[in-house]
Amino acid sequence: MTAISRMALAIWDFVVGDDWRVALGVAVAIGATALVADTSVAAWWVLPVAVVALLGDSLRRTVRR
Amino acid sequence: MSGTELGLAVAVFLACAVEAVEALTIVLAVGATRSWSSALSGVAAAAVALAVIVLALGSALTSLPIGVLRVAVGGLLLVFGLQWLRKAILRASGLKALHNEAAIFAEEAEAARAATLEQGAFDGYSFAIAFKGVLLEGLEVAFIVLTFGANQHRVAVAAVAAGAAVAVVALAGTAARAPLARVPENSLKFAVGVMLTSFGMFWGGEGAGASWPGGDGALLVIIPALAAVALTAVALLRRAGAQSPRADAEVLPHPPGAVEGVNA
Repeated sequence: MTAISRMALAIWDFVVGDDWRVALGVAVAIGATALVADTSVAAWWVLPVAVVALLGDSLRRTVRR
Repeated sequence: MSGTELGLAVAVFLACAVEAVEALTIVLAVGATRSWSSALSGVAAAAVALAVIVLALGSALTSLPIGVLRVAVGGLLLVFGLQWLRKAILRASGLKALHNEAAIFAEEAEAARAATLEQGAFDGYSFAIAFKGVLLEGLEVAFIVLTFGANQHRVAVAAVAAGAAVAVVALAGTAARAPLARVPENSLKFAVGVMLTSFGMFWGGEGAGASWPGGDGALLVIIPALAAVALTAVALLRRAGAQSPRADAEVLPHPPGAVEGVNA
């Protein structure tokens, strides 16, 4: 493994952590907020709903392991 | 100081205090068992490396447009905060071992005694372990200081809060000459997880174009609401653990004072 790939792996581990689905979910939720904000519907509720869902899902998967 | 700035300072102080307690345990273990001068040299080298990282990334972050910055900072704080919060909930509910500084100190000291001690003034092992410990614990704090500070254009406020936390922990460690096992570390991590996630939601939402009802005042609802959700998760997991002690998950017995994980 080269120094660059080791560094990339370390950065991935540092930022994303041990549950990549949470990071992906956060990215999708922020994108969804931007899409809803472009309409006439209020968009502030998207992230709180996503956070509760992501946290619950991550906890559920951890407990099942 | 506005309410948001106060929240920023409190979140950074708590996060930094927790990481400083963990770094202190490592430094104490190698310093007490091998070489104080080499361990403290490692601490100084890590502090310089962290300062360089903060300066380099800080200027890059603050040059970003505010919308892009808020989306990036909000997203990163959300990812970080959710990791902290998930682990804190699992610890508080007994599904993950509580962080125990006394046990970590004993483990690090044992490893330090087992490593070969070469004759001479400089002990490479003590330097390397102290450097690595402080750098790794400090990186997360540097990241939090940068993201919070850059977003509010208050890097100085965040840095002062972080410096104050390090000073308090260092003074307490010097006075105690022992790992700070009585610090309610798990409760602090729970609080930091709630704060990081709440600020991440707020700034991520604003950066993506959402308008929060009540503006900055929305944080006064978001933070307690998220804390209530997390405490409810703890209660549900504890109940599930009590009802199915033979579940697949490793349900750890609560040591004395374990409830401190959240409630104290």
